[in-house]
Amino acid sequence: MPQRSEIKRTLNQVFEAILPLLAVPVALVIGALILLLLRANPGVAFAALVQGAVGSTFSVTQTLVKATPLLLVGLGITIAFRGGVINIGGEGQIIVGALSATALALSLNQAPGWLLLPLCLIVGTLSGAVWGAVPGVLKARLGVNEILSTIMMNAIALQLSNYLLRGPMIDPAEIEAGTRIAQSALLPRQAWLPRLVPQTLLHAGSILALVMAILVYIFLWRTTIGYRIRAVGLNPRAARYAGIPVPIYQALAIILGGAFAGLAGAVEVMGVQRRMLEGLSGGYGFSGIVAALFGNLHPLGTIPASVLFGGLLVGADKLQRAVQVPSAFVDTLMGLIVLFVVSSRIWAVRRARRRETYE
Amino acid sequence: MSDLFTVPVILGIIYSGLRLATPYLYAAIGEAFAQNSGVYNLGVDGIMLMGAFSGFFVGMRTGNLWLGLLAAAGVGMLMGLLMALVSVTLKAEQGISGIGLYMFGLGLSSLLFKKTMSGVESISGFQPVRIPLLGNIPYLGDVLFNHNLLVYGAFLLVPLASFVLYRTPFGLMIRAVGQNPQAADTLGINVDLIRYITVTLGGTLAGIAGASLSISLINLFQENMTSGMGFIAIALVYFGSWRPLGILGGALLFSFVNALQLWLQVLGVNFPYDFAVMLPYAMTILALAISVRRAAMPDALGKPFERGEF
Repeated sequence: MPQRSEIKRTLNQVFEAILPLLAVPVALVIGALILLLLRANPGVAFAALVQGAVGSTFSVTQTLVKATPLLLVGLGITIAFRGGVINIGGEGQIIVGALSATALALSLNQAPGWLLLPLCLIVGTLSGAVWGAVPGVLKARLGVNEILSTIMMNAIALQLSNYLLRGPMIDPAEIEAGTRIAQSALLPRQAWLPRLVPQTLLHAGSILALVMAILVYIFLWRTTIGYRIRAVGLNPRAARYAGIPVPIYQALAIILGGAFAGLAGAVEVMGVQRRMLEGLSGGYGFSGIVAALFGNLHPLGTIPASVLFGGLLVGADKLQRAVQVPSAFVDTLMGLIVLFVVSSRIWAVRRARRRETYE
Repeated sequence: MSDLFTVPVILGIIYSGLRLATPYLYAAIGEAFAQNSGVYNLGVDGIMLMGAFSGFFVGMRTGNLWLGLLAAAGVGMLMGLLMALVSVTLKAEQGISGIGLYMFGLGLSSLLFKKTMSGVESISGFQPVRIPLLGNIPYLGDVLFNHNLLVYGAFLLVPLASFVLYRTPFGLMIRAVGQNPQAADTLGINVDLIRYITVTLGGTLAGIAGASLSISLINLFQENMTSGMGFIAIALVYFGSWRPLGILGGALLFSFVNALQLWLQVLGVNFPYDFAVMLPYAMTILALAISVRRAAMPDALGKPFERGEF
C-alpha cells in the first residue's frame, strides 16, 4: 500500500520537524526555576522578555536586526553540521569578516557604492572562508579535531582584532580626543547598507540573509555538491564507497560555514554599526548554533528559529531593566536549549529504528 | 632581553609555570578518564567556570576555602552527571551537547556573578605550604616545594591517575569500555555505569580546576575568566595520547610558555601584548596537528553505546 506508507513517512517527517519545539516548554520550566532562585517573578520576567522582543515597531525591527547575523551564521552551521563537521568557529569568522570589510571600505573610501558595497561583502565572506579553511584543511589532511581548532581560531581572531583596533586600525579621532576607545573610523557612506525602515536599524542585510537561506536550501538539496556534503554527513563510510572524497567535502563544509559567518560579520559592520568595534561578534557564533539546531539543520527552518532567538536576545535587555535579571540569563537558557534539542533526537532515532525493524 | 637569563627570573618562570599547570592538570586528567571510557566532554570550560564561581562565592561567604573547594567539586560533579545523562543515557551527539554544556556554564556563571557581586572582588586564597626538609634546599626548595596544597594535589593526581588507569581492574574496565564497548558488555561490564562514573569524575575534577583558578592562583572571579582553558585542557588529552604522563608533559609545556609570556610582560620586553596572549591558542592548534596519533585514540570515542549494535 504505497499511499499509506507515504502518509506515514510524511507524519514521521512532521514529527522530526517539531521535535526541537518540545525543548521550549522544558527550557521555560527550568528558566522559571532559575528565575525563582534569583527571587524574580517568572511571569513578570517572561512578559518583559516578550514585551521587549515584539512590544513596539522598534523592538520588532530590533528583533529582525539581531535575527540577521543569527540566520547567516546559522546557515553556515547548517552546511557544516549537514556535512558531519562541527564548526564552533563562528565568532572568529565573524570577526575577521568584519575586520576585512572595514579595512577595505576605509582604504577604498573614494570608490563608488555600486562597487564598494558588493566588494566589501565579498571580501568579508572570503576572509571568513579563509578562517574556516585552516581548521578545514587540518581536519582533511591530518584529522585534527575541528571543534578544538575552530575554538582556538576564535581566540586568535579576538586577539588579532584587539591588536588592530587599538593600534593600526584605531579611529584617528579617538587618538586626537585622547579617549582611545578601541574602534575603527566610520565607514564611508557608500559602504553603508541601506536602511529599510526610517528611524530604525533594520537594513538590507536582512533581505540578503533571506535570499541566502533559499540559496542554501537549493544548494544542499538540488545540487551535486550539496548532495555529496549531506551524504558525507549522513554516512561517511557509505559516501567513501560511493567514491566521494570524504575529507575534501568535510573541509568544504567548514569553509562554507566560515564564509557565511564572515558575511555575517561584514553585514553587521556595514548595516548596523557602520564601523568595527570590540564585541561586534556579540556571541552570534554560538547563538547561531542554537538557531541552526532549532531550525532542525534546515535552511528554511533556520529562518523562524533566528527570529525567535533574535527576539530572545532583544528581550533580554528589557528583562534586565524590568526584573534586574542580567541578560546572561538568556545565554544560560540557550545552553539548556542546545542540550535539550540534541538529547531529544534519541526519540527520532528510536522511531526510525522501530520503523526499520517492522518494515 | 639579557634580564631574562638571570637566576631569579629563571626560577620565577619555573615557579609560575608549575603553578599555572594546576588548572590544566585537574581538567585534563578528568577529561582523560572520560575519554578513555569513550565519552568526550567538551563542556569542561563551562564546568570550570561554574567551579571557579562556586569556589570563590562559597569561600568568600563562609570564609572557609575548603568549603569553597568542596562546593566547586560538588557543582562540577552535578554538571558532569548532567553531561553523562545527555551523552550516555540519551545518547546525544557529544560534540554539540558539550558545547551546550559550555554555553550553559558560561551563561550561568556570569548570571550568578552579576546577581551576587557588585564587581570584581578578590579573596585571600590558599597559602603556600613549605614542605619540611625538601623546602629548605637552596633555590629548588623555593621553586618546587613551596606551593599551596592545590598545586601539590594536581601533581600528585598524575601518578594516581596513571595507577588507576593502568594498574587496577577498574582502570582496565574503563579502557575496555572505551576500546570496545560491545566486547566489554558481553563480559558483563556495565558500560553505561562505567561511563557515568568517569564523566562525573571528569566533571568533579573540572570543577576543582576552576576553583584552582579562583581561590588558589588568581584569587578573584571574573566573567569568562578561563578564556578557553578548558578547551586547551581537552587538546592536552589528545596531545598526551590519553595518558596521564603525556598530559603532564603537555600541561608543563603550555604553562611554561605562558609563564614566559607573563614574565616578558613584567620585564617590559617590547612585544605586542595581544600576540603574546595569542600564543597558547596557536600552540594548541600546532600541538593538535603534530600529535595526531590515531592508534592511541580510544576506538569508541564519541560513539554512544547501544546494545546489540555491531
